[in-house]
Amino acid sequence: MPDAEARAAAPLPVAQVDAETQRAVEAFLYHQAEILDDALWNDWLGLFAPDGRYWMPAHKDQTRGDGVPNIFWEDLDLMTVRIRRNTHPHAWSQSPPNRLSHVVSNVVIESVAENGDVTVRSKFHCSEYLRYEVRHFAGKYRHELVPDGEGGYRIRLQRVDLLNAEGPFDYVIQWWL
Amino acid sequence: MRNGDRDISGLVEPDRVHRLCYTDPDIFELEMERIHETLWTYVGHKSQVKAPGDYYTARIGRQPMIMVRGKDGEIRVFYNRCPHRGAMLCSDRSGNAGQRFRCSYHAWMYNFDGTVASIPATSGYDGTRMKLAEGDAGLKPAARVDNYRGFYFASLSPDGPDLETFLGGATLTFDQLVDRAPDGDVEVVGDCFRMIQKSNWKIFLENQLDVSHPSATHESTGVSAGQVEREIEKRDGQKPPLAYSFISAFKTPIEDWGKFDTVGHPYGHCFLAGYMGLRPQDPDTVEYETLLKQAHGEEKGEAILSTDLHHVLVYPSLSVQPPLQQLRAIRPLGVDRTLTEIWHFRLKGAPEAIYRRALDYYYLVNAPSTMVNADDLHNFWKCHNGLASEGGDWVSLHRNYGTDSERDGVLYSAPGTMSEMPLRHMMQAWAGYMGAGNGAGGR
Repeated sequence: MPDAEARAAAPLPVAQVDAETQRAVEAFLYHQAEILDDALWNDWLGLFAPDGRYWMPAHKDQTRGDGVPNIFWEDLDLMTVRIRRNTHPHAWSQSPPNRLSHVVSNVVIESVAENGDVTVRSKFHCSEYLRYEVRHFAGKYRHELVPDGEGGYRIRLQRVDLLNAEGPFDYVIQWWL
Repeated sequence: MRNGDRDISGLVEPDRVHRLCYTDPDIFELEMERIHETLWTYVGHKSQVKAPGDYYTARIGRQPMIMVRGKDGEIRVFYNRCPHRGAMLCSDRSGNAGQRFRCSYHAWMYNFDGTVASIPATSGYDGTRMKLAEGDAGLKPAARVDNYRGFYFASLSPDGPDLETFLGGATLTFDQLVDRAPDGDVEVVGDCFRMIQKSNWKIFLENQLDVSHPSATHESTGVSAGQVEREIEKRDGQKPPLAYSFISAFKTPIEDWGKFDTVGHPYGHCFLAGYMGLRPQDPDTVEYETLLKQAHGEEKGEAILSTDLHHVLVYPSLSVQPPLQQLRAIRPLGVDRTLTEIWHFRLKGAPEAIYRRALDYYYLVNAPSTMVNADDLHNFWKCHNGLASEGGDWVSLHRNYGTDSERDGVLYSAPGTMSEMPLRHMMQAWAGYMGAGNGAGGR
């Protein structure tokens, strides 16, 4: 088989899942996007497992986050600092506050383990309203989810591959995308 | 108004500076010509181009340049321009060019020393004015290239002091960075972070030496990090990671920042004395200090570790923080746009933990998600917009004016003050370069 056909025949992993699982996972991803877009910061930390982490690599080929430069590499404690800092009355860069608007799509569940752990990839597009102008981010999410015991999920690791991970960046990224 | 017709000297007074220095596009062009494209500008570190053919592009003033390592091991700097029809030779920011540079347009080939390797159907140039044998078609090099301990600089002017003379006392910052490595060498980690600030380049430089801003600008981050720091300690019953102290330090009251001394060296370079006691007595630091003293001997090792230096601003293009193993290169893109390239270094032979704690600082302060520079860059943008207005002509640099002292050509802020001496000093140097261009730094 020619190379191109061989590659097409070996796509990224796709798990056969029932519609209920697919819906539950999609609903979780949409819920996370709504929390960011509506600035529901009291709900943000609850999306993550106690040892959960949000990771945005600084390079598209990065294979690990620990011990190397990243755009984001945050556990719950650092996320708490970020929420408090960005909502502090003297967070000057939040004057005016920025706003996000996400579209999450192309949701493909890669695997469902026996214990219910799910790996899912998806695509996002995020517009940011910053200092009365709009800028755009796009990229790929990869969530490692663990069941929360109540029919929902918690994030163990969210990898966010920004299309322009290597920059340069105009200004900074204040909130998770 | 262009090219020296403007009376620049009237814009810089000993204790205040005219807003046009920051906002006038003509002055920007002039300072690119007389400062960034004349003085020694930082290009990159030798570890960015380890193998023959490795290249990295960098901007010097308005000029796109290539730093490349030759087959002879030499690092050279050329204009990123094919001498034939002017196409950029390298359109990737970095990479390996293989055996030689090849222009994508007509396949002219260049060796890494800048000489022509081959031109297709060369006979077409027989009898023309272009004399290949006389090097007519070679790459144009930077007028001067030199390095200090592996840090490469280029000057696009053939005249002026040599690199070591220009750096003067600022060589200490590179000595500090390299000597902190037990194996006596450092290397870059990954690629740099690149961030664009919507403000004039000098606003960034001044902020680096402005000790009265951190507690006001970064209050929200200092307070929030301090809260979480205490909560972790209560929850876990042990000291929180050192990284939290890097940012909780910003809640230090404004009056206490006066204890961090600033020093002004010839040519516009400035020092800020260390404000982060990076010598905790944890096992990792103790192991590291032992290794360093084994490498250098007790006395020199102690001297290296106890040097009180937070960062050095190497005018006009570089801010180096040796205790935190990072540097920021400043690349002006326009009168109101400035790119910073922020690099992080590994100290060869140091324990992993020493690298990790510097990595934490790199992340918290300098990553694109920074909770610290977020407010700096926001203030810079506000400053630039305010200065572009007609709400006032002058920028105040009066704090502790008249109390600075000078010893052997070096300026010292009065002890215990938050003197704006470094800001005055940099603008005096600027006026010197812009006016007479004598490189003496307005001293």
